[in-house]
Amino acid sequence: MRTVLFIIQKEFLQVFRNRSMLPIIFIVPIVQLIILVNAATFEMKNVRMSVVDLDLSTTSRKLSDKFRGSAFFNIRHASFSYHAAENEMKKGNIDLILNIPAGFEKDLIKENHAKIQFIINAINGQTAGLTNAYSTMILFDYNREFLIENLNPALLAGIRGIQTDYSYWFNPKLNYKTYMVPGILVLLVTIIGLLLSGMNIVREKEIGTIEQINVTPIKRIQFITGKLTPFWIIALFELAFGLGIGKLLFNIPIEGSLWLIFLSAAVYLFVILSFGLLISTVTNTQQQAMLVAFFFMVIFILMSGLFTSIESMPAWAQMLDRLNPLMYFIMIMRMVLLKGSGFTDISRYFWPLVIYAVCAVSLAIWRYRKVA
Amino acid sequence: MRRFWGFVIKEFFHIFRDYRSLLILFGMPAVQLILFGYVITNEIKDAKIAIYDPSKDIVTRKITDKLLSSGYFLLERNLKSVSEVDLVFRHGNVKLVLIYESGFANKLDKFGKARLQIIGDASDPNTANILVNYASGIIANYLISINSEKVPMQIIPEVRMMYNGELKGVYMFVPGLMAMLLMLISALMTSLSITREKELGTMELLLVSPLRPAQIIIGKVFPYVFLAFINSCIILVLGNTVFGVPVQGSIILLLLESLLYICMALSLGILISSVTSSQQIAMMISLVALMLPTILLSGFIFPVENMPWILQVFCYAMPPKYFITIIKSIMLKGTGIIYVWHETSVLVGFTIFFLMLSVKKFNVRLS
Repeated sequence: MRTVLFIIQKEFLQVFRNRSMLPIIFIVPIVQLIILVNAATFEMKNVRMSVVDLDLSTTSRKLSDKFRGSAFFNIRHASFSYHAAENEMKKGNIDLILNIPAGFEKDLIKENHAKIQFIINAINGQTAGLTNAYSTMILFDYNREFLIENLNPALLAGIRGIQTDYSYWFNPKLNYKTYMVPGILVLLVTIIGLLLSGMNIVREKEIGTIEQINVTPIKRIQFITGKLTPFWIIALFELAFGLGIGKLLFNIPIEGSLWLIFLSAAVYLFVILSFGLLISTVTNTQQQAMLVAFFFMVIFILMSGLFTSIESMPAWAQMLDRLNPLMYFIMIMRMVLLKGSGFTDISRYFWPLVIYAVCAVSLAIWRYRKVA
Repeated sequence: MRRFWGFVIKEFFHIFRDYRSLLILFGMPAVQLILFGYVITNEIKDAKIAIYDPSKDIVTRKITDKLLSSGYFLLERNLKSVSEVDLVFRHGNVKLVLIYESGFANKLDKFGKARLQIIGDASDPNTANILVNYASGIIANYLISINSEKVPMQIIPEVRMMYNGELKGVYMFVPGLMAMLLMLISALMTSLSITREKELGTMELLLVSPLRPAQIIIGKVFPYVFLAFINSCIILVLGNTVFGVPVQGSIILLLLESLLYICMALSLGILISSVTSSQQIAMMISLVALMLPTILLSGFIFPVENMPWILQVFCYAMPPKYFITIIKSIMLKGTGIIYVWHETSVLVGFTIFFLMLSVKKFNVRLS
């Protein structure tokens, strides 16, 4: 036991002695949390648009006013030539063109229907879809108002309508930050944990101090425990710190039990840290270790459901995702923090993590050899 | 000059000998591209929904059918009472609940109005917002279809999706992936390979050799220019052949711009290595301070226009943002240099700035 304590003490000393390492571990992630949470938003506003109004009638002008008044759109450019507008889109200055052809008002009244065009920059498919939805909504609204103004009430009464009420549970204002804070927090803790542990043993290999440990009577399990514990404590502390910042600055809800969060975090960190140590034992240089860590990290992050939803992935990818520890922990964090889910709700994410942790720790211990 | 080439060849040997890193270096773009192309979509389909339908008449069944046949929604369960809503959300699977009022078709016929409630699980606000939008769009279309003879004076929108008609996600990701991987290889790998020499003490040997410091640095980064360039070609070819991402503009201009971006990232890598002394710190700086901003602040995943203005200012200080804009313009819009000269000159400016700074910081003497 005393041997383990010595190793732990040594690792702590090494971390805290390194003046440039400390801010990287503690301050940079928090700064990132604050910045990135604000950046990670799909919320649409200020869609930059151009209006090409060739009709120049009261109706067409009112229609473009309707867009001007909306919070989603920002009319940046107006012209009488469609080509000029398209050129603006090519330059990247606008993302939507509203094209009202000549004779629009006349057609609407005489022919009973008239056409307009929305031209949308669709390089980002998702924003394009939403831009389409919003602009169609505004158009329908305008159409309804137009009918009320120009039609007699008797005719209007025959039109059937469905009144739809929307409500958003758990987050009525659709505040994106409360959703992102738990996820990004997991991300930062994971990155720090994986890098600290992944670079650790291989660094000793590279500078040769591993030999000195190999000739001591320390057992493999003691060595791995000693290496793991300090990072485990640092990462848990970082999580607590980040949660505090999230609560103070972003006022994220903490609906469920904090004990449940930290219990899951404790298990999760075993997975990540032993995975890091495993990388560290199989590689020869820090550069290699970093590449391997980065390779897995990017895949884990992208498939974790942090930025995109897991349900829309193909079935084989969802099967593969069961191997992704990040997915489990992000799910647990979001469910417990945002919805107040209890242990029974999260158990189908919790137990796989436990199994994963047991496997990863034993694998790390087994793979570590006391030979250079 | 012969000394210099000898040094470059030595560096190449160092890299090629380490087959594991090499495998990852070249395997990474392939794996990530496949991930992005097949797995990561930010379109939403097959979202699980629950429905509470006490009336079960022609209209509600018709609306439910329309929703389920759209491909966006999958019926997870029929609720027996409104109080079950809380339960299904908390258990975590259901994203949207639809509640019809009782006697739906009846009320619609008699009063011309019926009520329908849509509840989204907004603990994921983005998905909730999109799903509610989809659902209300489908309902609006249904309304138009039942009213079609009666409504006069309709404005019919025609929508044209430019540059990416099928709204494919890969179109977004190929440029982003290039920006990210080139940054990784160029900035990160060079900074590590230079600090490694410092850490192992072999930098002293190089400094006392007749090679000039500039030659040492250029020799160190040269192989990485080569690797990064090959990597960007792999991404472009894979993106084109497997996922059909087109290159509308000039391919030569595209490659030149990539080369410029690689040089920019390399000079950043040199700067990082000249201010740090250990690999661990160099790596932490590159990874923590460069990777996440490259992914999140460059318009790779999240559009810059939607961010608060103060962050947009940050975004303008991120070189990858300019590179992504350039690539999107050339590849997808098919524009020439006149449309991207502004971004290009910013990248040139960054490169010069980083180089000047690292020349100033570079120490020939080690402590």
